[in-house]
Amino acid sequence: MALLQISEPGKSTAPHQHRFAAGIDLGTTNSLVASVRSGRADTLPDEQGRHLLPSVVRYAANAAPEVGQAAKLQAAHDPLNTIISVKRFMGRGVDDILTLGSMLPYEFIASESGMPLINTAGGPRSPVQVSADILLELKRRTESTLGGDLSGVVITVPAYFDEAQRQATKDAGTLAGLKVLRLINEPTAAAVAYGLDRKADGVIAVYDLGGGTFDISILRLNQGVFEVLATAGDTALGGDDLDREIARWIMQQAGIGNAVDHALQRRLLEAACAAKEQLSEADEVELGVVLDDGSQWHGSLSRQQMNDLLEPLVRKTLAPCRRCLRDAGLRAGDITEVVMVGGSTRVPRVRSAVAEFFGREPLAEIDPDRVVAIGAAVQADMLVGNKPDEEMLLLDVIPLSLGIETMGGLTEKIVPRNTTIPVARAQEFTTFKDGQTAIALHVVQGERELVEDCRSLARFELRDIPPMTAGAARIRVTFQVDADGLLNVTAREQTSGAQAHIEVKPSYGLSDHEIESMLRASMESAGEDLQARRLREQQVEADRVLEALQAALQQDGDRLLDSQERAAIETAAQALREVRNGADHQAIRRAVEAVEAASATYVERRMNASIQRAMAGHGVDEFK
Amino acid sequence: MSSVLAQNHFEIFSLPQSYALDRALLDARYRELQRAFHPDRFASAGDHERRVSIQQAAQINEAYQVLKDPLRRGQYLLELRGNVLNDEQDTHQDPVFLMQQIELREALGEVRGTPDPLVALEMLATDIRNQYAELQAALELALDAGDDAAGEALVLVRRMQFFTRLQEEVQALEADLEDELF
Repeated sequence: MALLQISEPGKSTAPHQHRFAAGIDLGTTNSLVASVRSGRADTLPDEQGRHLLPSVVRYAANAAPEVGQAAKLQAAHDPLNTIISVKRFMGRGVDDILTLGSMLPYEFIASESGMPLINTAGGPRSPVQVSADILLELKRRTESTLGGDLSGVVITVPAYFDEAQRQATKDAGTLAGLKVLRLINEPTAAAVAYGLDRKADGVIAVYDLGGGTFDISILRLNQGVFEVLATAGDTALGGDDLDREIARWIMQQAGIGNAVDHALQRRLLEAACAAKEQLSEADEVELGVVLDDGSQWHGSLSRQQMNDLLEPLVRKTLAPCRRCLRDAGLRAGDITEVVMVGGSTRVPRVRSAVAEFFGREPLAEIDPDRVVAIGAAVQADMLVGNKPDEEMLLLDVIPLSLGIETMGGLTEKIVPRNTTIPVARAQEFTTFKDGQTAIALHVVQGERELVEDCRSLARFELRDIPPMTAGAARIRVTFQVDADGLLNVTAREQTSGAQAHIEVKPSYGLSDHEIESMLRASMESAGEDLQARRLREQQVEADRVLEALQAALQQDGDRLLDSQERAAIETAAQALREVRNGADHQAIRRAVEAVEAASATYVERRMNASIQRAMAGHGVDEFK
Repeated sequence: MSSVLAQNHFEIFSLPQSYALDRALLDARYRELQRAFHPDRFASAGDHERRVSIQQAAQINEAYQVLKDPLRRGQYLLELRGNVLNDEQDTHQDPVFLMQQIELREALGEVRGTPDPLVALEMLATDIRNQYAELQAALELALDAGDDAAGEALVLVRRMQFFTRLQEEVQALEADLEDELF
């Protein structure tokens, strides 16, 4: 509630009502949701007590999508319609996805906008829709656990995600009917879970060994600002490889050849995984596997034996660690904290190898499967306003440079990587033909000189430029990157002041219009009454705006507004009150917009007054 | 839309308009302002307020980036005082300075051939850092002395640009050398 938020520190302007918020770790293999309850952040289990939701969705013909464990169990029988690891496809074009590997069983088709669609028995599905189905499942779990509607969520993304991948993630949230308050980087969330944001300064290494991927990130915490200095990793190395290594050992011991059927392979991997987990605590475990001929093999594995088996894989994670340090311009000794993420970091040998490499014991008190979701929940709780006195401030940087295509297929950087966001940069363009009324811009992301080596984000067309002689028009284009790393472009012709119309064609994303129509379709299929839902949403919004305005006017309306200005605001507010109880959600929305427009100057004056208050007593004179 | 912060970078932080800068104070005020204006503070606000907040936070970030960088702060201060900075201009460099630049570049080119390239590079980097610091001290004198020393300041800023580029090349070479070693 912005109008209310501007207040003297420590002075609450309104009685606060607790709002439900959640942090979501939308993972490649598993997803989790966490929330702060009674001051404690923890992940929420489903009815069976399971915290991890496998990131798997199955689309059968004429049926609602199956999500999680149920879908995972079907993966082997119905591979074409069961989507796993959809995170790898987010924000990618069909061509990118095909280079990911020949192992994908899915049939991809390109939509008109270049967005890949997976053909399933339940119809074509985009990666955004599949992710939305996972998020929807977590939303249901959260709302039934907390007993109320979610006010907003924070979703985590890998630090290296580019704009298209971030936008796709946010779109999935919107499609699932969630209010995405913020996207934050997974390593940053892990650091927040440990409360490292409360320390003054430090350099934090986040070692994340997930199911199928390994990521190492180095963050610098500088006076409350988290900056991702460097990330590295191995997209084909994860905890699953540890299980496979142990399974291979069992096969050797049991004298099983390489030709094992799927069912036995599954039993072997389960036994391996169980042994790995038990050996985190025990020094030795007994193993048993039922073989194909019905006989049972028994054996034992010691922790030392397992360490020896896993040593080559553990070593393999240290090479990216070295590279990451070098990219960050640091040495192992510069690291002040090491945070462990991912279930496989429970393996004692992984921990000891990381401790040896960085020369310090890693932080591992928080469940490494849940630490990212927990950090996101802490941030979400703060963002919905449940902790008005909290001082935490997470500032992120843009992970990859943003540029535009210039003559000859070269890129010109507009926002260099590692710039703190939000950021806005303006650039002037002109026409090169008499009477030219449109200009095309191609926005890319990446560090390379050539456009073809960077990732294409979107093509913008500036239209309605007033016709002038060549070179006379001066079109100022502003590239703004918000706190989530998402791009927004605006343009204005300087001599005439005309606002150029911008048409955005995301390279692999969805337009707002597409999201809206998908949202409509998904709600219709869920039997929800869209009209009723829209009306409810608009009424809540109207109440929020009116309440905030009332409180603000009481506080400083007399001081900041003359009677005429105040009357204009009151008139708009009265009009809103009158339509609030009607049934026309569009009328309410228009009235809300009218109130916001009428109070625009007032909002700016309040911000101004707030700056002056923040800087009060900091006169320039005191430094002379 | 008119910006709330229609002030210059120094005014945003209530800092005196001089080259000499209390860095700790700048950092503290930067955090203070971001705490008040970062979009996270307006997570559940209306569109208009969110837009204003993003603009404010972006402007605060921009001002901070400029002021904390010795070269950009110098350039900005010169522009505020009505000087036109032009890269094409001012090519008639002091021949002694140009000679010195050529020598530094030659030294950089020879680093690879030395017995221990990383040590040689570190020595060169230290030399460059020291010279940059000297230029910075001279720029402070020229900009803050109160006399009309804009001409001298322009020359110093131009020299700092040379050194900044040189530092970038040193860093690029360091990355290459380390990649080859490990």
